[in-house]
Amino acid sequence: MTPQLEIQLIAVVTAAACAIPGTFLVLRRMAMLTDAISHSILPGIVIAFFITHDLASPLLVVAAAVMGVITVWLVESIFQTGNLRQDAAIGLVFPALFSIGVILIAQHAGHVHLDLDAVLMGELAFAPFDRMIIAGTDVGPKSLWVMTAILLLNIAVITAFYKELTIAAFDQGLASLLGIRPTLIHYSFMALVSITVVGAFDAVGSILVIALFIAPPATAWLFTDRLAVMIGAGTGIGAAAAILGYQMAHALDASISGSMATVAGILFAVGFLIAPEYGVVAKWHRRREQMLRARIRMLVVHLLHHETKDLRDEERWVSTLHQHLTWDADVTRRTVYEARAAGLVQIDDGDLRLTDTGLEKARLAMTEF
Amino acid sequence: MDFFHDLIFDYTVRTVSLGTILIGATSGVLGSFAVLRRQSLLGDAVSHCALPGVALAFLLTGRKDLMVLLTGAGLTGWLGAQLVTQIDKRTRIAYDGALGLVLAVFFGFGLVVLTFIQKMPNASQAGLDKFLFGQAATMLERDVITIAVLGAVAMILTGLFWKEWKLISFDPEYAQGLGWRVSMLDASLMSCLVLAVVLGLQSVGVVLMSAMIVAPAAAARQWTDRLAPMVAIAAAIGAISGLSGAWVSAETARMPTGPAIVLVAAAAVVLSLAFGSSRGLVWTWIRIRQRRSGVRVEQLLLAFFNLANQHEDPFEPRELALVKIVDMGRVERDDLLGLLEARGWLVRVGASHWALTETGIEIARSLEERRARIAREP
Repeated sequence: MTPQLEIQLIAVVTAAACAIPGTFLVLRRMAMLTDAISHSILPGIVIAFFITHDLASPLLVVAAAVMGVITVWLVESIFQTGNLRQDAAIGLVFPALFSIGVILIAQHAGHVHLDLDAVLMGELAFAPFDRMIIAGTDVGPKSLWVMTAILLLNIAVITAFYKELTIAAFDQGLASLLGIRPTLIHYSFMALVSITVVGAFDAVGSILVIALFIAPPATAWLFTDRLAVMIGAGTGIGAAAAILGYQMAHALDASISGSMATVAGILFAVGFLIAPEYGVVAKWHRRREQMLRARIRMLVVHLLHHETKDLRDEERWVSTLHQHLTWDADVTRRTVYEARAAGLVQIDDGDLRLTDTGLEKARLAMTEF
Repeated sequence: MDFFHDLIFDYTVRTVSLGTILIGATSGVLGSFAVLRRQSLLGDAVSHCALPGVALAFLLTGRKDLMVLLTGAGLTGWLGAQLVTQIDKRTRIAYDGALGLVLAVFFGFGLVVLTFIQKMPNASQAGLDKFLFGQAATMLERDVITIAVLGAVAMILTGLFWKEWKLISFDPEYAQGLGWRVSMLDASLMSCLVLAVVLGLQSVGVVLMSAMIVAPAAAARQWTDRLAPMVAIAAAIGAISGLSGAWVSAETARMPTGPAIVLVAAAAVVLSLAFGSSRGLVWTWIRIRQRRSGVRVEQLLLAFFNLANQHEDPFEPRELALVKIVDMGRVERDDLLGLLEARGWLVRVGASHWALTETGIEIARSLEERRARIAREP
């Protein structure tokens, strides 16, 4: 396998692993916890490194994951005092922990080869160089194995506890009532999130972790109301962002992680505009349609009100109609046009008259009021 | 004391300290509004969104003046904040999802531009990445002047819009009902917040700037329920954090300024949560303990009283072993017995016997009556 292919494969597997827990986080309004966790694991990594003096030690991952759970616990404890809201608690905890990490690194600058830039930005380009060797045979990049393991773990946990997670996500009260312990589920899920963040963070850097956790599920949510579909679509969108992002990075000769995050954002922007039901364009179009329908109703009711044989009733004249309805002249013209096209009104020498269908619609509208 | 000598006479120490004080105070003031409006993490998003602005400003102008870079940072920061508002308003995605999405995407794009610049020939991009983690030590006098001027602009705007921002922070529906243009006011407040964030980027960096917005305000919130004192206290805590952070980092070897400032501010929050106002955790804990021991004392007294009621002579000493209360250990019981003795409601008779006094019986009777009365009430 070429390094190029390996990088894309690692990114796709990471995207899938992140989209699964990401979906629940986006739905439960806890998306910013990924941001918090991905920063606050730093002191965990540094302390574990001081103990083992080995950057490849699995203890680093364990310490980081524990730090992630501690972050969540700290945020909730502060929130539960009732003196600070959750967003403020998050905004306090992770910079404080991150600061401790930065100071620890700075204090031992001579001994630690922890590159802060690489930690934050991630350098996917180097991922293929870190190989997994089993019994002297090179079996592929290490992060590919790690992320595949995490992906399988996520799939296993989500499949096994799909019902529990869903109920706990949408209705905590019902969850406790059914004997599903929301707190236990919550912390187990957060441990899963921490493990995923740590693994992904090692592979792709913290910013892309946040992007892959939030952007693909958020994009998928624009298109569907079903949880299972959202998880599947989120995975697909994340994978697409990874592959397209790699192409973009290749073309610009720029940061791979950054490009993937950018593409994830572009995909969201496209969905935000064109999603059939929740997209901005569709909503705008629907609103226009509703406005038009409301105007046509008002028009026919207005005409019904002035339904006399008298040709001289100015209230009905096409030329003066807009003044009586106090509408904009253009809007009036368009409404009349649409009403004619629908066969509700006809113009008889500048005099707007209801057709039989129009009359019926106007009477119906009156009874509805 | 060297630090305070240097504060006046040393160029670097004076410049850095002045800069961090100004940044702390500005972010304290505007952070107060953000925290009250549940937008604490907006600062985090804005600071991340500023990165592509810094990079693009350099790419387009080829200059590294603070003013040029801050303009770029301000523009993309503002754009990011606007997008967060729009996503929150127009989709089902919650506010925090919108924040995370926008910050990661903008920051990712910023990295793309940064790496793109790095690979350009003869581009002296060095120094751009100090915006990532902040480097207060490189602050120049003209940077401080820039910060002071822009900070003053933010303060003046806060003064001018005080009443409006106050109302949209506490009751936006009412403001809407008054016919105010709430979205315009929103945007003005947000723009000032962007300004505050962007000012601090150079010295505390992208990641830690969010703490500068949240921490002073969150600490100040613990001491008061009124906006004006809160803003003043937040400004003071921000300024003190800025100064002490600069001090700690000047006195300690290999101590970066940004993290030092953030940890001082975080310590201020912890102290305020513990001791601030009547809701402080320490006070609450003491209150709960007092209330609880009050109830336990009554329980113990009533236990003696009930025993006394079962016998002819209420003053007859009772063996302690007969008095049993659920959940009460020996240590607590002996503690409470001492309290009852001190109040003159019980007297010790011999090693293991206690007897009710006249006052003790009287108190117990009135307690019993009160309990019965409460129990009768619907």
